[in-house]
Amino acid sequence: MVPIPYYLLLAAALFCMGMFGVMVRRNALVVFMCVELMLNAANLTFLAFARMHGDVIGHVSAFFVIAVAASEAAIGLAIVIAVFRSRGSVLVEDLRTMKH
Amino acid sequence: MNIELILFGAFALLTLLSAGTVIFARSPINSAMALVSTFFFLAGLYVLLWAHTVAVLQIMVYAGAIMVLFLFVIMLLNLGESPTRGKPTLARVLGGAATVGLLVVLAIVLLKLPAGAPPTMSAATQATFGTMATLGQTIFTQWLLPFEAVSLLLLVAMVGAVVVAKSRI
Repeated sequence: MVPIPYYLLLAAALFCMGMFGVMVRRNALVVFMCVELMLNAANLTFLAFARMHGDVIGHVSAFFVIAVAASEAAIGLAIVIAVFRSRGSVLVEDLRTMKH
Repeated sequence: MNIELILFGAFALLTLLSAGTVIFARSPINSAMALVSTFFFLAGLYVLLWAHTVAVLQIMVYAGAIMVLFLFVIMLLNLGESPTRGKPTLARVLGGAATVGLLVVLAIVLLKLPAGAPPTMSAATQATFGTMATLGQTIFTQWLLPFEAVSLLLLVAMVGAVVVAKSRI
């Protein structure tokens, strides 16, 4: 049997890696992929706590997170396509229209 | 050492390695491929946590549908290799330091939890825990309204994606 804190620690490491990628990467597509990593870390935490309490509600939460991640990917990628069409770039630092 | 711990170690190591590849790969295609393998290893971890249904959903929805969407967009935009990191500005250095700090704080808190094996369930719970039938029954009795709201959300996202990505409306 694997102790539950190991899973939580792994999820924390995965979340921090995703956060690091969101802050460091310039390509908007890779930033979205790092957001998916963070969502998966949250899912892993939900499932670890579900296993700990023997309750299936954590699985339901993970199901909803997956559904929200699917809609986030659809909308985000559509926005990336629209921005690429008008600016010719997907680097986040080229998008500074709303910066000031 | 039992087999479950060995499997957990292997899946955890491979997950972290693939996640690192997602962050540090030069081309977005390599990042996407590493993300697919991350999802597969995470599905293995979900099976170890007795979440079989979520593991199947992970492979079908994440590794299947979402990643195909990502790859399709990467190929549509036809991006070349881009430099991984920009100049190490002050904001980026501070961001990296904040990430490491968050990880340290989380590790300190989590290592204080009692690190025993997860509590055993009754035989009846154990037989049905995490199966499709149990999950379906919970969703369609206690969580019916959120489920319908999510279906509406997916519909709105689908229509919105078409509207945003269309060149002329």
